[in-house]
Amino acid sequence: MINRAPLSLLYLNVLAIATCGLIYELLAGTLASYVLGDSVTQFSFVIGVYLSAMGVGAWLSQYILSNLARYFIEIELALALIGGVSAPVLFLAFPWIDWFRPLLFGMVFSIGVLVGLELPLLMRILKEYLDFGDLVSRVLTFDYIGALLASLLFPILFVPYLGLVRTSLLFGMLNALVAWWSTYLMRPLLSSRGLERLRWRAIFVTFLLGVGFFKADQLTTLAEEKALGGKIIYTTHSPYQRIAITQKMLGFQLFLNGHLQFNSVDEYRYHEALVHPAMLGNEPPRHVLIMGGGDGLAVRECLKYSSLESLSLVDLDPAMTQLSKKFEPLNRLNHGAFSDPRVKVINEDAFIWIGKPGPQYDAVIIDFPDPGSYSVGKLYTTRFFRLLQKRLKPAALVSVQCTSPLVAPKSYWCIVRTLEATGFHVRPYHAPVPSFGIWGFALASMSEFDSTPLPFDRVQGELRFLTNDVLKGLFELPADLQPMDSEINRLDNQALVHYYDSEWNRSD
Amino acid sequence: MISRRDLFHSLLGISAASMIGCGPRVIPLQGELLGPDIGLGHRLRDRLSLVPAHADWQEIPVIIVGGGIAGLSAGWRLQQAGFHDFVLLELEDQFGGTSRSGITGSFQYPWAAHYITTPMKENMPLIQLLQEMGVVEDISADGVPVVAEHYLCREPEERIFCDGVWNEGLYPGHGASRDDLQQKSEFDASMSTWAQKRDAQGRRFFSLPIATGSDDSEAIALDNESMLSWMNRQGWTSPRLFWYVEYGCRDDYGLPLDRTSAWAGILYFAARMRTASKDSQDVITWPSGNGHIVQHLTSRLSDQLRSGQLVCQIVPPHNQDEPFGTTVVAYNKQRQQPIGFRADRVIFALPQFLAPHVIQDFSVRTGRSTADFQYSSWLVANVHLRGRPQENGFPLCWDNILYGSKSLGYVVSTHQSGNDYGPSVFTWYYPFTDISPMQSREKLLQLRWADWADLVLADLSLAHPDIRSLVTRVDIMRWGHAMIQPYPGFVWGPARKAAAIPDGTIHFANTDLSGIALLEEAFYHGVRAADEVLLARAS
Repeated sequence: MINRAPLSLLYLNVLAIATCGLIYELLAGTLASYVLGDSVTQFSFVIGVYLSAMGVGAWLSQYILSNLARYFIEIELALALIGGVSAPVLFLAFPWIDWFRPLLFGMVFSIGVLVGLELPLLMRILKEYLDFGDLVSRVLTFDYIGALLASLLFPILFVPYLGLVRTSLLFGMLNALVAWWSTYLMRPLLSSRGLERLRWRAIFVTFLLGVGFFKADQLTTLAEEKALGGKIIYTTHSPYQRIAITQKMLGFQLFLNGHLQFNSVDEYRYHEALVHPAMLGNEPPRHVLIMGGGDGLAVRECLKYSSLESLSLVDLDPAMTQLSKKFEPLNRLNHGAFSDPRVKVINEDAFIWIGKPGPQYDAVIIDFPDPGSYSVGKLYTTRFFRLLQKRLKPAALVSVQCTSPLVAPKSYWCIVRTLEATGFHVRPYHAPVPSFGIWGFALASMSEFDSTPLPFDRVQGELRFLTNDVLKGLFELPADLQPMDSEINRLDNQALVHYYDSEWNRSD
Repeated sequence: MISRRDLFHSLLGISAASMIGCGPRVIPLQGELLGPDIGLGHRLRDRLSLVPAHADWQEIPVIIVGGGIAGLSAGWRLQQAGFHDFVLLELEDQFGGTSRSGITGSFQYPWAAHYITTPMKENMPLIQLLQEMGVVEDISADGVPVVAEHYLCREPEERIFCDGVWNEGLYPGHGASRDDLQQKSEFDASMSTWAQKRDAQGRRFFSLPIATGSDDSEAIALDNESMLSWMNRQGWTSPRLFWYVEYGCRDDYGLPLDRTSAWAGILYFAARMRTASKDSQDVITWPSGNGHIVQHLTSRLSDQLRSGQLVCQIVPPHNQDEPFGTTVVAYNKQRQQPIGFRADRVIFALPQFLAPHVIQDFSVRTGRSTADFQYSSWLVANVHLRGRPQENGFPLCWDNILYGSKSLGYVVSTHQSGNDYGPSVFTWYYPFTDISPMQSREKLLQLRWADWADLVLADLSLAHPDIRSLVTRVDIMRWGHAMIQPYPGFVWGPARKAAAIPDGTIHFANTDLSGIALLEEAFYHGVRAADEVLLARAS
């Protein structure tokens, strides 16, 4: 028989499961609004599905007629497992699957059903020992206190200090411990058959989630969040790089290996400046190549030309191109670039890819990360540019992102000089991008070309930064961006990486 | 039975032996123990004598015996001169000798020699070969060869693992004292002085091939003492400097400092410096190492090459002018029967130590002994990885060495192709420097594949704790007579000089005739022997 002391402990049980349940719901809502954007819709849907699923659970509870305590503990364990792994599973899976929404709502629904089963069962267990009025009042009191705790602690404590993944695993562990503890609390109501196994299962689930909790350090660290200066809403370690997306008041930011790639607030300036000069040659471009640019934002600009028949994007990292497609805010930002049937994604090291035979292009956009490492430095060498030339139609224009000519002038001019050394005619230009500062580009062609591209007549769609006059101005170099001499970047000297290292270290 | 700890201790040194506690013996899934055809090779030692059937005799004006770089280069030179009437006989199924390479899927990797340095402008034949291969693209106005960018070793070239962190370069500078660095710069200055030194005839003191260098008595005197004693005489004491210089000696000669001739020790550094201002001639390399040159030569010579032929006997003619008077008997591995050749000239492109076993009455007739020709044994492992190991410090380079280890570290076969991610093959080198050549060869035959694989991974684990989890395969090659040893007195001693003189109709070509094992030397002797044959035929 359950005596008075454990009875109050049972209320603690109610408190714990109520907190866990609401945390799972909040996690799902937050995660969905990160990944899919539009938080009002996501939260509304998640709450709706969750609450209705609780109703289903409550309704189903009538079919459990005996072994109430046993069922209660089994449900706790199932909830611990599903709720505990919900955030990590959703995070890891979303870039790779087409059925993210079914998975998300499936999880929310299962969690809701299990939570919905809990209270009715618990109340039926307790009804032997309390009169109905006391029972309802006390259980519901603790239930609502739990909800209050969860909704306060979630934004104040758990999201900022633990992140979604660890919060999820932590509450899963709590849930599993409640299950384990309940085997003792409700011992008189449980048959001894399989009891030991039940306890071991509870310990096993706790252990599993605990391992996940400590492994989750590889997913996010607080130090990183501080370094990136924003709330991390997604990170992953691909075999090639660390990808992180952060969110600030305005917009979100992509970081690769801790380096800012774009800020959604002003990336249009960068991408318009990068793409359009190369697209405005004498002939409307039909076949375009983008190297790097796995965020799809340069693709978005290219898709503004109706002459475009095919676009190949060569980006090293499938994790990046997948993310651009599946991470809804980014997919929206690039206007669903990767869903356009003309766009073909090739996940390969551009250095290896460019050495293979293949078709020639009308325009090439080079949007590699800054040359901060040897494996990126090789993509700015004479060897690379010579191989690139074999893939250009005679009048093709190539635009290259070349780091900041103000912060790293040696690096900037090294890229320009290296292009020239391979026989390119090169026009340096620049654009102000608030998140980056003054940014440098180079426009190159194997044929002589006019530095001022044609008017924008062939662009379909809105340009927010470029106008004909602005475009002309980009090619005018101010006094502090004047040309200088530099070594030529070759595979066997990697001069650029050395320049870049010294210049950016100095500026940091 | 020798314990694992003792084995590690004796073969790798203290640092690796201390590792045992933390590294379980985890053997990768698979691998093979390879080596030159030892069973067949040893039949030579037993003076296999076979008589080919009457129908199995052929008359061919020139026979090249041995399909390493020397033999292939000789064939290349003959063909270049418009002479095609020769065959080249090779014991192994694969040509290239110690320059051979392997291929698995899309990965190519070396089995031994893996680079050359850009030839000086004087080395015309080698420049010609490299031009033919498209490696040299152009010759600058002052005659210097211009090597295509992608054949020059890609930066970053080399790094050293010292005190738990990788640093750029080959010198263990991390944690070096001021005195260490002072001695290092003195050493560099000294090497640069030797590099610039010219004799009365204007020849460099140190040059590759060495035949183009000086025989000035000041240079030759260096050959009479060990590198260790020479360095001691310069007043150098820095252990780091000794280690750095010894690394070079182990790398190129398979010898420790006290058994390397000072002449050879200095050659390693000075012969590759063109001017005082430039560090060293640029390294040329390929994913398959020098196997790339082998591939080119074998594709050029495909009509003349015969593999799987164990040459057992060469009999010189009684009268040198007798047409087709020299006989060569070989055992055809595939047909399992002897075949015979009658030739005017033979180019013996095998190591010298085989001459008395193969050439009839060699010692009696020539009065030469090959006892002075000593060879180092080597072990080379190709470690196949499913991904790149964890790093601490300077990123993965082409050449990666471990300070304090008795191994030479590893080269990364994927480096030169620009392939920086995912699966790779690391080629790990180990010279037997501590024990005598004979003992080394015994040890080579004694240990099993699992012992070697364990040893290789223990060494690599020093710098890459996670490497065992990434290894898919370890193949081991045992080289019994891998490199001629330039011990004091050998290079400029009488035996080496005499060995290159033709024995009647038999001409000699092998890198050991230079006293050092380098592709440049093997190539030089191949070309020289071919020129001798062409000259003899012309007269």
